[in-house]
Amino acid sequence: MNWFITPRELRRLGIVGMNARNVDMIARLNARRHYPLVDDKLLTKSLALEAGIAVPELYGVIETNHDARRLRERISGRDDFVIKPAHGSGGNGILVITGRMGERFRKANGLLEDMEGLEHHVSNILSGMYSLGGQPDKAMIEYRVRFDALFAKVSFQGVPDIRTVVYQGYPVMAMARLPTRGSDGKANLHQGAVGVGIDITKGVTGHGVWHNEIVERHPDTGAPIGGIVIPEWDRLLALAAGCHELTGLGYLGVDVVLDRDYGPLILELNARPGLAVQLANGDGLRKRIDRIDAVRPEKPALPSERAVHAQTLLGVTGSAPSGRI
Amino acid sequence: MKRLHLPLLILALVAVSLGIFQHKVRNLAFPLLPAQIADNWIVEARLAFEPTGGAVTARLLIPSQPPGLALLDEHFVSRDYGLTTGMRSENREAIWTARNPSGRQAVYYRATFYELERHLRPQPEYPGPASLPEFEEPYASAAESIVERVRERSADITTFATVLVSDMAHAQDENIALFAPRGSGERERARAAIQLLAGARIPARMAHGIQLTDRARDLQVRTWLEVHNTREWVPINPRNGSVGYPPNFLVWWYGDQEPVALNRARNAQVSFAVTRNFQSAVDAAQQRAQLLDSHIADFSLLGLPVQTQNMYRVLLMVPVGAMIIVLLRNVVGVQTFGTFMPVLIALSFRETELLGGVILFTLIVSLGLAIRFYLEHLKLLLVPRLASVVIVVVMLMLMLSIISHHLGIEHGLAVALFPMVILAMTIERMSIVWEEHGAGDAIRQGVGSMGAAIVGYLLMINPYAEHLIFVFPELLLIILAVTLLLGRYTGYRLSELIRFRALAGRSGT
Repeated sequence: MNWFITPRELRRLGIVGMNARNVDMIARLNARRHYPLVDDKLLTKSLALEAGIAVPELYGVIETNHDARRLRERISGRDDFVIKPAHGSGGNGILVITGRMGERFRKANGLLEDMEGLEHHVSNILSGMYSLGGQPDKAMIEYRVRFDALFAKVSFQGVPDIRTVVYQGYPVMAMARLPTRGSDGKANLHQGAVGVGIDITKGVTGHGVWHNEIVERHPDTGAPIGGIVIPEWDRLLALAAGCHELTGLGYLGVDVVLDRDYGPLILELNARPGLAVQLANGDGLRKRIDRIDAVRPEKPALPSERAVHAQTLLGVTGSAPSGRI
Repeated sequence: MKRLHLPLLILALVAVSLGIFQHKVRNLAFPLLPAQIADNWIVEARLAFEPTGGAVTARLLIPSQPPGLALLDEHFVSRDYGLTTGMRSENREAIWTARNPSGRQAVYYRATFYELERHLRPQPEYPGPASLPEFEEPYASAAESIVERVRERSADITTFATVLVSDMAHAQDENIALFAPRGSGERERARAAIQLLAGARIPARMAHGIQLTDRARDLQVRTWLEVHNTREWVPINPRNGSVGYPPNFLVWWYGDQEPVALNRARNAQVSFAVTRNFQSAVDAAQQRAQLLDSHIADFSLLGLPVQTQNMYRVLLMVPVGAMIIVLLRNVVGVQTFGTFMPVLIALSFRETELLGGVILFTLIVSLGLAIRFYLEHLKLLLVPRLASVVIVVVMLMLMLSIISHHLGIEHGLAVALFPMVILAMTIERMSIVWEEHGAGDAIRQGVGSMGAAIVGYLLMINPYAEHLIFVFPELLLIILAVTLLLGRYTGYRLSELIRFRALAGRSGT
């Protein structure tokens, strides 16, 4: 493998760079007034519920340090739950509790945490440690997703999710994000999770990318990551496409988890989705966007219709990843 | 129109900037390089004396159109003295008067000179041949024989004087020893030379001046000889007969006399001090601009008080640093803590110098980070924790200063100039990145910040860049234009060529 790629080749592949994303996608398509809808996960959640989009159940919200004392009663009777900042970004500040051990709580990485630790975490969230710009924040306590056994062999702790990039309401590219030992259970590629390209037409995984390198197997479990068929793929894409109306954002990342019991759930939305999805799919976003732009129907159809439309458009020319490198 | 908006704005900014720049360079001759501004001298003469009672008059001869130099500015500094200036034969003089001063007095004359490219010396008319001196024997015949022997070996007035002076300096002639005994001072020699030159009917005079040297105090007054060759006064070194003044020689007064004359005062003492002034060529352009009545110079930084000027010398480099950060982040793709933190660090590197700055910065950040990790265990609220980090950083800076002072490393003292709040924020952010994204990311971003600070520093201490921006602040418009242009850069970052390298060689349908 070369240690660099020429800009010419990147252009030929239709790769969108960070600058192009910021100017052509985010600045052009995402009006700043819509940001609060995705940056505030509480707001997103209530909007999604109104629109009938499935999200993990909210157990409670802690808004002030005074409230923090009531954390105990909020989580009473619950063995597993997730505490996360309402304005967090990049998966930061999310504490996943998978069970109890006497007075202590077991974290996703297997380590134990006491009540004081939980309260401190909540207090950090409230003081804005994880929020954009350090604004005072709220802490959400919600349902811990019991993820579908589908990704069990290719995940190391944590919650694997599926990131779909939605352009003008059309899902254009998707990847599965698999936590690793290095990513500390987080499904964030930047922190060492594996990104796996997904054929947008069929919902089948291809090869993966880990620390910017192409991989065929999960680095911790060693299981092959290609060829996994994602159930209810069409429904998942329609769900993602629907988030366009929900937020009014033209360039959107939708993170979906597959729950054992509830099926696809929207975990969070991102107004500034990253570009690693291109690496995972071995394909550039620009090409797909151009294809959508070229034949975009005049009036936006229903989310499910748009999803089908995108699938056919992007499937015809066969840019699907196949595991070949 | 919308598409053209930014390009037009950029063009307008560049055009305005280049227009003003060109006007200042072409018409007002503002210097482009800092090296061009080093040829001005501030000369100060201090006259001290003791009044003996009653109204005191102190006269000091002062330069008037000295050869090779031009007067830019002069001041007379004295307390409670009346001042007049006037001409006394070929010299200019300043006359200080006071009714009844007591105690030792000091008055000052301060002037700024700049070197002239060409000699624009107004030539007084030929004073006519010198009248023959009336020597007594044995001087008369000795003078005759000297003049005779020198005349045989010279071609014109200048060479006559040269040969005569060098004979006086080297020859073991008995006749010459009669006029200038061995061991006589340069003033006596010059006096004898003038007498002998008069024997050949050549007009000559004494010139006194000082050799301009930077930061010199109590300069020695040197005596020179000038002979008139019917067209101009030719300077001749009375010590060896060479023609011309040495470079940067300031002729202060002419004639065989003392520069000071006192009335009702005694113990006159004159001392000369010189400093080279590095800003005054720009001042010269500024004064030229004022003479031309140009309004552009009114908006110059050079009219501000010197202290403010010095501050702006530093501050004006901040936009340059900011542009560098834009380049590093959006074109190269370097990750840094905080957007402009590296610029502020680079500013403090100016005081600590590069190596010392890098070491101190690393020391403080690593020590601060260690303490920050300890504070994490105490489970504090965010703002008190940040404040604690600030306090710890200040204490660390204090400690480093004291330790390095005891070790005799003076660079360590400059640590006080680090922006402590910025350091504390850096430590806080670094610790969060460390916990959330791992040590690798934290160190990578830390090194990125440091690298950006070093690049910014190297550019910001560049004397050419500093000079250009300070003298031509309109160039900031170009920097703004470049930054706006980069604001629309949608190409790949250099780091992305590496990030997406796994895609190299893919077919890409």
